[in-house]
Amino acid sequence: MYQTTYHKGQSLDQVRKLHAELPEPSYISGGFTLIPAMKNRLAAPENLIDLRALPELRGITRDGDRLRIGAASCHAEVAGSPEVAQSIPALALLADSIGDMQVRHMGTIGGSVANNDPAADYPAAVLALGATIITDQREIAAHDFFTGMYATDLAEGEIILRIDFPVPRSAGYAKLRNPASKYAIAASFVARGSDGSVRVAVTGAGEDGVFRWFDAEQALADRFETASVEALQPDPGMMLSDLHGSAEYRAALVKVMTARAVDAQGSVDIC
Amino acid sequence: MQEVTLRVNGEDYTRKVEGRTLLAQFLRDQLRLTGTHIGCDTTQCGACTVLMDGRAVKSCTILAAAADGAEVQTIEGVAEGERLNFVQQAFHEHHALQCGFCTPGMVMAATDIIRRHEGVLDEMTVRRELEGNLCRCTGYHNIIKAVLAAAEVYRRSKAPAQATAN
Ligand SMILES: Cc1cc2nc3c(=O)[nH]c(=O)nc-3n(C[C@H](O)[C@H](O)[C@H](O)COP(=O)(O)OP(=O)(O)OC[C@H]3O[C@@H](n4cnc5c(N)ncnc54)[C@H](O)[C@@H]3O)c2cc1C
Ligand code: FES
Ligand code: FES
Repeated sequence: MYQTTYHKGQSLDQVRKLHAELPEPSYISGGFTLIPAMKNRLAAPENLIDLRALPELRGITRDGDRLRIGAASCHAEVAGSPEVAQSIPALALLADSIGDMQVRHMGTIGGSVANNDPAADYPAAVLALGATIITDQREIAAHDFFTGMYATDLAEGEIILRIDFPVPRSAGYAKLRNPASKYAIAASFVARGSDGSVRVAVTGAGEDGVFRWFDAEQALADRFETASVEALQPDPGMMLSDLHGSAEYRAALVKVMTARAVDAQGSVDIC
Repeated sequence: MQEVTLRVNGEDYTRKVEGRTLLAQFLRDQLRLTGTHIGCDTTQCGACTVLMDGRAVKSCTILAAAADGAEVQTIEGVAEGERLNFVQQAFHEHHALQCGFCTPGMVMAATDIIRRHEGVLDEMTVRRELEGNLCRCTGYHNIIKAVLAAAEVYRRSKAPAQATAN
């Protein structure tokens, strides 16, 4: 790992100032994406600015029909939160399926969403639930936030404070994990909004990262049953192909995982 | 270099560290607590697991500077003098180790799992929560048995207090 200087964040103003003034800065939260990358010299920030202790990024609250999750909440906090379990049980169970116990004790929802790994879990939930990403500068709709593999709409130095989820009528998540890395080979989050609209978001499979599967949304809005999904053919042309699975295999999995997520409303189906 | 103070196994240590120093390196190289092992560079093996403020974490992926002020327990801090503690004893009795490289991390992870579930555990839960700890020797079977047995000991040790409360 290359040399770096660590700065503990004390206030929003201070971290923004540090980020603007120091050479080669990077924010850090749980560090469970950034530090492995630094150890392998895939990243070499000269200055690390720790966001974890900032009060603006903490806390999980239910506010009317919104569930607000602070960006620095670790996966275990989301998994164990009664507010999350009551509002969106599939989201709590998704958090409980990320990586392993030790990863869940450190990795944060803000870090996961900011990083937008093409196989990460939270981006699928954020997109399918139509959440809003609240930053120190503005509010960004999930649909505009994820802009491609490891890419987001965040500006240089912009900080995710929290994520606001509208509480859906129901939601479910199904995932096939890579047994070694625990990341999704393909996973689908299916949510039915309070207005009856359906959103389907797929992670792990797309060659541009997380994506909405509009054909499935339409079919499920007409009839909310697994048969609606089974009649569809996802396009292998837009799927990822790597040593874990071909594009054709992933296209088949997208269909299977989406059907399972329909069946798993109110819960998750992880294998 | 910056100065950090950590409470490790009940004792306060103040040391200068580089920004890039990992908690695992700090424990091993600066405090000479070499029971915390480093078995990978991908955050996958769990050999480096310690308890930080009571929770199992992978110390190879935490900066020592970020752990300033934390309370850390390592494998060196679990035995009661010469006597193995209940988790170590269960590993011993159930032959839950062969080469022993993964054992410190297994014991620390198991300690968190047992405490968090108050000793009420089944095999599925233990297997799921130990996913972040790899063992290349045992095939896990005896490790699971040992954790379940240690959980039982933990539960029984808490039971009399509850009985009196009733
Ligand atoms: C062994 C292992 C297995 C894993 N398995 C899974 C898995 O199955 N599924 C999954 O989804 N993830 C998995 N992860 C990733 C894990 O969940 C990460 O911790 C998480 O994705 C990133 O969160 P973090 O807090 O650790 O981010 P960090 O590593 O601290 O930061 C990641 C990036 O986000 C930026 N950032 C962090 N917080 C903010 C913020 N508030 N605002 C703006 N930018 C910010 C940082 O600058 C950095 O660029 C795994 C990780 C490991 C090591
Ligand atoms: S050394 Fe920490 S997980 Fe392998
Ligand atoms: S006993 Fe050898 S790695 Fe587990």
